[in-house]
Amino acid sequence: MRFRRVKSSIALVVIRLSALIMVGAGVLIFIYLTVKGSGVISWPFLTEPPRQGMTSGGIFPAIFGTLCLMLLTLTFALPVGVASAIYFAEYTGRGRSHLNILMRYATSILAGVPSIVYGLLGLSLFVLYMRFGFSLLSASLTLSILSLPVIIAASEEALRSVPDSYREAAVALGATKWQMVRYAVLPYAVPGIITSCILALSRAAGETAPILLTGAAYYHPRLPTSIFDQFMALPFHIFALATQSVDPVKTRPIQFGAVLTLIMLVLGMNMVAILIRIRQRRMAQG
Amino acid sequence: MSSEYKIEIRNLQVGFGKLMVIKNLNINIMSNCVTAVMGPSGCGKSTLIRTINRLNDLVPECHVKGQVLLDGRDIYDPSMDVVELRRRVGMVFQKPNPFPKSIYENIAFGPRIHGIAGGNSLDEIVERSLRAAALWDEVKDRLDAPALSLSGGQQQRLCIARALAVQPEVILLDEPCSALDPAATAKIESLMVSLKKDYTVIVVTHNMQQAARVSDFTAFLYLGELVEYGETRRVFENPSSKLTEDFITGRFG
Repeated sequence: MRFRRVKSSIALVVIRLSALIMVGAGVLIFIYLTVKGSGVISWPFLTEPPRQGMTSGGIFPAIFGTLCLMLLTLTFALPVGVASAIYFAEYTGRGRSHLNILMRYATSILAGVPSIVYGLLGLSLFVLYMRFGFSLLSASLTLSILSLPVIIAASEEALRSVPDSYREAAVALGATKWQMVRYAVLPYAVPGIITSCILALSRAAGETAPILLTGAAYYHPRLPTSIFDQFMALPFHIFALATQSVDPVKTRPIQFGAVLTLIMLVLGMNMVAILIRIRQRRMAQG
Repeated sequence: MSSEYKIEIRNLQVGFGKLMVIKNLNINIMSNCVTAVMGPSGCGKSTLIRTINRLNDLVPECHVKGQVLLDGRDIYDPSMDVVELRRRVGMVFQKPNPFPKSIYENIAFGPRIHGIAGGNSLDEIVERSLRAAALWDEVKDRLDAPALSLSGGQQQRLCIARALAVQPEVILLDEPCSALDPAATAKIESLMVSLKKDYTVIVVTHNMQQAARVSDFTAFLYLGELVEYGETRRVFENPSSKLTEDFITGRFG
């Protein structure tokens, strides 16, 4: 009897420690980066281009490039992702059809493909075959493909969580299938879909390998003026500073500043997603 | 084909996968009457009324055999426009299921999807439907309030009003009071009686008193078969089947 209780308390200690390690690692990384990077971040740092072989100046082109990249990725991935999610959630027999099962496997396999593979796909398909060159367009298309499985899976989840009673109510009133989806299901899945897109994007924001192969430039202080331009991006800029610096002593602080900026950007996007979710919950309660 | 029957069901068989829920059922529903469908849980009551607006089509493994005639026309005929059928045969569900929108928008949903744009005529439809569902006086000052802020009974009357807004001919009610308290139930019941003036009403219930109070005709279903059907008073006072009698006297159910 006693032994049983001891085992129970040991189990609690172990799982509690595991949880602490996870949280602790996150907090430590964040504190370390804040200490190292916050001194560097200033208005000029965020708004000026790099200077003197990237050993001084700011990181504005990289921030701008990453933002453009996110916006374009969203433009490509959102419609396609949501449309496929609607198809799988509403049109393929509610999860029992062979097509749906096949799709589910395909989605999880795609989600597990290493990002460098997406990079190579983007290089051969968009950069070379479709002749978009090393460009914002190629890179954002590549990131869209990378984000799609996540967006589809999460949007499908959001659609399925809309109660069936809404569907029945709409259909019983004489709504066509599309009217049902458009007016009785989609509106209530939108917050979930937006949240999923933001989370997928915030992952894509940190990807380095795919954009390295499709359009991100090592040094390109001029801002991109069209989707066919090369661009700088935060993750690749960090990679470049960390591995190919001409003067590590001078670039190290810039590197920390850039890392902190990227983290803040991603955290900010996550915060927006959380806020949307909270707001929706409040609205749903009337 | 007799014209006094709004709905004629012939040799109906409905199954889900291998499970047969309705086995060879024949019934004629009178126009402008309240018909109650009674029976113990799982006897096929809901399945039966969901065949009348083809809502069972939403269930992939559901299969239907036989004929369901609405005004003499088979609704399972391939030429039948299911969307138009569902406009003509409205439905109210067991649990009130208003959309999480305003009261006004809930009523306007049906007219809008059927192409009534808005403005005065929509306002009129909303008022007329809410009046017909005996809800107007309670909500006329707060049409923009969320439907979910209403009480359960009010929500159910809102759902009835929403169904009325597309001007149906038949109204199916699937245990409309099972989630409501006695006071709200009384309101829905008197509403059902008043609705038969303009509509053919079919109500599924497992509450015998309710069937006795509101209906003109009562059908008793047991294990997917129609055991008894006739004028409500006759069915209750002088049931022809032992099963019906046992059910009415509360020996099972």
